[in-house]
Amino acid sequence: MIMPLGNFNRQFFRGIAVVTEKNIRIYYTKPPVIIFGFLFPLFMFLAFYLGKEVDFYIFFPGLLAMFLFFIASSVGPLITPWEKQAGTYERLLSFPVSTNTIILGDSAAGMIFGIMINVVVLAVGLITLNYSLNILVLCLGMLLGAFCFSALGVLLASPSVPNPSYVMMFSSIIRFPLIFISGIFIPLEDLHGFGRMLSYFSPITYLVDIFNFSLRGQSNIALIVDFVALIIFSLIFVYLANRSHKRNLMRGL
Amino acid sequence: MEKESIKVIEVRELTKKFGDVTAVDHISFGVRKREIFGFLGPNGAGKTTTIRMLTGLITPDSGDVLIDGVDIRKNPIKAKMKIGVIPEMGNIYVDLTAKQNIILAGRFYGIARSELENMADALLAKFGLSKRADDPVKTFSKGMKQQVNIASAIVHSPELLFLDEPTAGLDVQSQRMIKTIIREMNQRGTTIFLTTHNIEEANVLCDRVGIINGGEIAAIDTPEGLKRTFEETQSVEISFDKTVDVSKIEESRLVIRKEKLGDKWRLYTDNPDKLVKYLAQFAQDHNLIFSTMEICGASLEDAFVKLTEDR
Repeated sequence: MIMPLGNFNRQFFRGIAVVTEKNIRIYYTKPPVIIFGFLFPLFMFLAFYLGKEVDFYIFFPGLLAMFLFFIASSVGPLITPWEKQAGTYERLLSFPVSTNTIILGDSAAGMIFGIMINVVVLAVGLITLNYSLNILVLCLGMLLGAFCFSALGVLLASPSVPNPSYVMMFSSIIRFPLIFISGIFIPLEDLHGFGRMLSYFSPITYLVDIFNFSLRGQSNIALIVDFVALIIFSLIFVYLANRSHKRNLMRGL
Repeated sequence: MEKESIKVIEVRELTKKFGDVTAVDHISFGVRKREIFGFLGPNGAGKTTTIRMLTGLITPDSGDVLIDGVDIRKNPIKAKMKIGVIPEMGNIYVDLTAKQNIILAGRFYGIARSELENMADALLAKFGLSKRADDPVKTFSKGMKQQVNIASAIVHSPELLFLDEPTAGLDVQSQRMIKTIIREMNQRGTTIFLTTHNIEEANVLCDRVGIINGGEIAAIDTPEGLKRTFEETQSVEISFDKTVDVSKIEESRLVIRKEKLGDKWRLYTDNPDKLVKYLAQFAQDHNLIFSTMEICGASLEDAFVKLTEDR
């Protein structure tokens, strides 16, 4: 007997919503999330910005993307290892949910957290800097970027580890290079040859370009390419997260 | 209570391998509606792998699991809607309050939030936790956590409840309370699938018991049926007012083997009636006074040990 599609969809989306709500209630205030998600990009920005002659007007779109990247991808890597360590993961799997439901719920939690903080950072930028805003492109970019980065965070949570701190170390090995090869610290127009080619392998590059377009009206890549690239990265991250989580489902329980 | 013959769990030729190790090897059994079914086995026998396949956590390599007629492999969500699962201790969110845990669980089953509030309050009252409803679970004792665990698993009134070692590590009062809750739920019509290491718990709670060993089902029967299978493990427990040379009693050839239990002796026999009469004469002849004399039937523990040894 097959469950009617309507019932299945309702249960699927309800599962995602409940997993998301659970994550928001429990994990947003955990110290590693605050440290790696909020304080880390702030200090990184201060280290880069203070004492140097950087045009903040040009730098701000990259800063916005960096904040979104760090915040949205900071929750996901910790949830599954924490739940496995606390013994709650087996219970979660026994509810009427699938692995996909959990992955999307974890992604949604990271996405919402990322957008919430990013909106505050954006507001500060809009108040202090004189941008001519393309709100639609900015919002779409922020939504897609947040989902893409949080899906990466969930993918980083999938390896079976004895302690959640191992995941934070592992995720830093992946996340920092993605920052450095993107167009945040060196604008894309100044990157040439191998450096430029390398930058296309970081999803952050495309979001920086979208933010540059929506705030400054300038972009180095066609907008459609930016969006398609972020969608492709998101799908790859979700697909790999699904495979990896399924493979490691019972490990560490 | 008369148990119904309709099977709420049907397991057919269920098999699971991990690498070269066969954890569960072509097992088949059924659990009837409204019965309490105990699933016993030594460590590494395949209990946990079986319960994880029955609850849809892991996919079997072959075989079928039907939950109230629903194939859990083909329709995992629909099958999971019918069950409640209580894995081993500590599986609730300790950062949430008791009430938040119950409401969270209920929301997965689509129960309206307003209805859930009332249901959570009722469950907390039933477990005597109303005053602690809004305290984080991390401040609770082990027994209280297990009560919240159970309340969260039954909030949607499941037709079938899986409990994995529900009383492990709990004090006597908490164990009694959990057993009472299991009985009450069963009396209200819930089928119970229980794994336990506590043989006595299975003996007093279960309508039928399945014993798994080495990934295979060694026996399925009622506790009394299993005990009857091992009649040679009947015994007479005795102690006298004076120390006695038990080898003299063994001369009767009625004693298969003997076991010292503190100041008592347990004498295993296949004819307790004859042995008791012999002991009465023996006491008379040697001017002894009985401090204890008790005929013990074969225990479920004896049956379990017999069924799981040498495999």
